[in-house]
Amino acid sequence: MPAEAAFILSAENYSYCIGKQALLNDVTFRLEAGTRCAIIGPNGAGKSTLLKSFCRILPAGRGTLRVNDRSWLEYSQKELAHWISYVPQAGGRDDLFSVREFVLMGRYPHLSAFSGIRQRDWRAVDGALEVTGLAALAHRRLGTLSGGEQQKAMIASALVQGSRVMLLDEPTAFLDPYQQKQIYELLEHLHRETGVTLVEVTHDVNRALLGQDFILAIKQGRLLFAGTPGEFLRQQQLSLLYDKEFLLAPHPLGGKMMVLPEVQA
Amino acid sequence: MTRSRVAVFFLLAALAALTEFLLLPLLGLQTLSLRDVWMHPAGSAGQIYWQLRLPRQSVAFLAGAGLALGGLAFQALFRNPLATPFTLGTASGASLGATFYLWAGWSFQVLGISGTAFFAFGGALLALGSIYLLSRARRGFPTETMLLAGVALSFLFSSLILLLQYLSNQVHSLRILRWLMGGLDVVGFQSFWEALPWVGLGTVILIWRRWDLNLLAAGEDLAAGRGMAVERSKILIMSAVGLMVSAIVAVTGPIGFVGIMIPHVCRLILGPDHRYLTGAVLLLGGVFLPVCDAFARMVLAPAEMPVGIITALLGGPFFLWLLIRQRKQ
Repeated sequence: MPAEAAFILSAENYSYCIGKQALLNDVTFRLEAGTRCAIIGPNGAGKSTLLKSFCRILPAGRGTLRVNDRSWLEYSQKELAHWISYVPQAGGRDDLFSVREFVLMGRYPHLSAFSGIRQRDWRAVDGALEVTGLAALAHRRLGTLSGGEQQKAMIASALVQGSRVMLLDEPTAFLDPYQQKQIYELLEHLHRETGVTLVEVTHDVNRALLGQDFILAIKQGRLLFAGTPGEFLRQQQLSLLYDKEFLLAPHPLGGKMMVLPEVQA
Repeated sequence: MTRSRVAVFFLLAALAALTEFLLLPLLGLQTLSLRDVWMHPAGSAGQIYWQLRLPRQSVAFLAGAGLALGGLAFQALFRNPLATPFTLGTASGASLGATFYLWAGWSFQVLGISGTAFFAFGGALLALGSIYLLSRARRGFPTETMLLAGVALSFLFSSLILLLQYLSNQVHSLRILRWLMGGLDVVGFQSFWEALPWVGLGTVILIWRRWDLNLLAAGEDLAAGRGMAVERSKILIMSAVGLMVSAIVAVTGPIGFVGIMIPHVCRLILGPDHRYLTGAVLLLGGVFLPVCDAFARMVLAPAEMPVGIITALLGGPFFLWLLIRQRKQ
């Protein structure tokens, strides 16, 4: 695999339409390798569309997306999977696959059609199960796991793909605070150990402000902002993004600005 | 799934298949002895065995295997245990093609392939194309809607078949009716050799794509994210199933429900992994249909029932049971 370029993901005037409705409109940004990036914005803004466009789950729109400085259309789907892995929302899956079988599917880009599964594939799978804390559940049916465990299985399956970028679609949606914390710690661990670029769609504004290096703010298909959480707050983009005022205060630990919950009088 | 369980399953299924090939053709209106058959292949018992019953056993095995594998592939593709080439109209498309050929009163062969097979394949392609375009028209089309569309397509094709039958003269009409009842009463191995290459080709493609079947069963978005060229793979899998099913339908007429029952039973025993399921349904489907056929041959002897009646009698209630079970879940 060629070396990582300075900008691992970028978009140049990218638009994606269904019929006459533009889900993404003229989006342009560049993302450095090794960044932890949050994509935020109101419901239906086009956040997931952006993720799915990069992995070519959706057909190509107008403009260019670049992965490691090459147009994403120049890769075969398998080659692209060596660079980018996709973690869909996990909640409510009813799969009959065992966790181990499911995670093994992440090796797809490394398998050849007529050869069997090699030792190194199983090593990758067992390693990922270990890291995600699922080793004890390896032979359970995926459909019988809790939401948090299913999400970890999704991450494990993306992990064995061995890609340099992981795109996560609301990885903590529907999870309780304990399970949320577990997922965040897992992602933090992966980022620290492997330097993988993490791009995460989230509705948790504090997660974006406190836990990430870079924010992409999307509203009605347009990119409103791309930059650090500090700049995001300085430019007062938050209320523009969601059309509402937010109460901000420094976090008691570390002093980074965060959003306070609203209190009904 | 533990390897030992898989190994035991395959061993038993292979033994069953072997035993069936040896013994089942001995049973029938006239019970034959294995010794007669081997010692005097030209005698009357030998003739019955080698010219009638063994070819019939082989065609039934091939058809059962192919229909079960086709069902398995469609169930992965549409993420629904009720999806089969029959429920989705592929088989009735093939039937329509074949009926059209019989109605026209043509009789030709191209490169050893019968006209019936050609037209059956054309009809299957028509049905598959419609279903595929429908699924593309709106991505993420709910599978229930696809199934209903398939049922509607089946009805449409069935009424077109009736129309053709109505428009035919008496001779053609009888030929169509007999063909539609589905049957395995072949003489000699010619039909078997006609269908084998296409069923074989389809099988090779589906086993080659066993990983794709796993990923498709887990969801298309996930599959694309893991590096699978989803649309290309879907077209390839659909074409493989189309080839197999139309080659089988051209020989045997429509035989329903094998593609629902066998994959489901195999999943219950072996789990959802298509690395094992592809081979498993081939063997079990192959064993199952000849047994149904032997039953159809013997239950009203000396008259013979079309085997499709037996599979439908078993499959109908099974289908309902699956439907109820699915709702409960």
